Amino acid sequence: MSATLLRTSALRAGIRASAAKPMAGMASTSFVRGKATLPDLPYDYGALEPHISGQIMELHHAKHHQTYVNGVNAAIEAIGDAQAKGDAQAAAKQAPLLNFHGGGHINHSLFWENLAPNGKGGGGEPTGKLLTAINEDFGSFDNLKKQTNAALAGIQGSGWAWLVKDKTSGTLGLVTRMGQDPVSGNLEPLMGIDAWEHAYYLQYQNRKAEYFGAIWEVINWGNVAKRFEK
Amino acid sequence: MSVGTYYLPALPYAYNALEPSISAQIMELHHSKHHQTYVTNLNNALKSYSTASSSNDIPQQIALQQAIKFNGGGHINHSLFWENLTPASSPDAKTDSAPTLVAAIDKTWGSVDSFKATFNKALLGIQGSGWGWLVKDAQGLRIVTTKDQDPVVSGEVPIFGVDMWEHAYYLQYLNGKAAYVENIWNVINWKTAEKRYKGSAQDAFSVLKASL
Ligand SMILES: [Fe+2]
Ligand SMILES: [Fe+2]
Repeated sequence: MSATLLRTSALRAGIRASAAKPMAGMASTSFVRGKATLPDLPYDYGALEPHISGQIMELHHAKHHQTYVNGVNAAIEAIGDAQAKGDAQAAAKQAPLLNFHGGGHINHSLFWENLAPNGKGGGGEPTGKLLTAINEDFGSFDNLKKQTNAALAGIQGSGWAWLVKDKTSGTLGLVTRMGQDPVSGNLEPLMGIDAWEHAYYLQYQNRKAEYFGAIWEVINWGNVAKRFEK
Repeated sequence: MSVGTYYLPALPYAYNALEPSISAQIMELHHSKHHQTYVTNLNNALKSYSTASSSNDIPQQIALQQAIKFNGGGHINHSLFWENLTPASSPDAKTDSAPTLVAAIDKTWGSVDSFKATFNKALLGIQGSGWGWLVKDAQGLRIVTTKDQDPVVSGEVPIFGVDMWEHAYYLQYLNGKAAYVENIWNVINWKTAEKRYKGSAQDAFSVLKASL
């Protein structure tokens, strides 16, 4: 994962540069660090059942995530072509696509890693320093779940909810993002929940609250703790 | 001040009437669950707004505006959507039912086919949940896309809309939204489109008044 994400965060630095001053941004090498690739899942498609069906996992990983990977590579290529021609306008036109597909790639890469089969790393409760921080910043683990589920239910359309760490203060917080906007700036994403309909519809249809309830059974708290302590 | 209650409008056809372009299962969930939720949440938001208004609670009134926009938009969009669809076997599904509109489309895009290609591209370019609309404004016909449930209520006349939320196609088309976009043309109600084109925005929204 880290190699993929390193590449994509370099890309995002490129996005910001190109949005601010397209020509200067394009001259950097951030766009040519190689192609984004679909990371392997760290478990089988059916491993999160019955909480997330194998069919959902397969489509979500092999089709949806792959589409973001293809999209971000296409955007990078188009920016490269524009750069070769010195066409700043054509490059800037790619910025929203780079943000959307690049964000989709980053978000899903993090998501797969913060899930694990129930009883095999997934579910249960956080422990150690992470639990201490959750108790301090949310009152209790139960409160964190309640607040996260309320945030997820409040998303109007497609988006994500994230448990984040403020890089300066180290405090935990909850944020939501629309579409595929990645968590960036001073916030470190620790754990994300995909609230796009494709993440649950085949199994839960319109009953999204059931999906938000079930996902806690497969959260990989060891992975979240590792990101927290990094 | 009393508040009107909005109701879920009945579909003008059976849940399975749009098959095979849109499955009965999708139609039933979409209408009886998704649209119903927008109606329920709109009524709740309007009731709270009325209470806040009669107690001069401005912060609360402002806080409720997003819920009204989202759920009111969901109600408006879906009400318009059901009416601008029709079974493929109906004569209303033929462009012949919209002579005036088709003439305007030809003038704007060259042909119905080239209009469809442009519309499809706009639909597939939507990033996340949203809608695509053919609208009429003072300048003529335009294709617009909106995010989430933002309704087209700035004076344009909505001619027809296509729901691009994943719930509109996922059970049948999965991630293959291009096929959904292709097949939706089989069930567009051109008769309704012609009527809306010749009328005003008020006329198009009359379906909502009926549910007050
Ligand atoms: Fe997703
Ligand atoms: Fe819908």
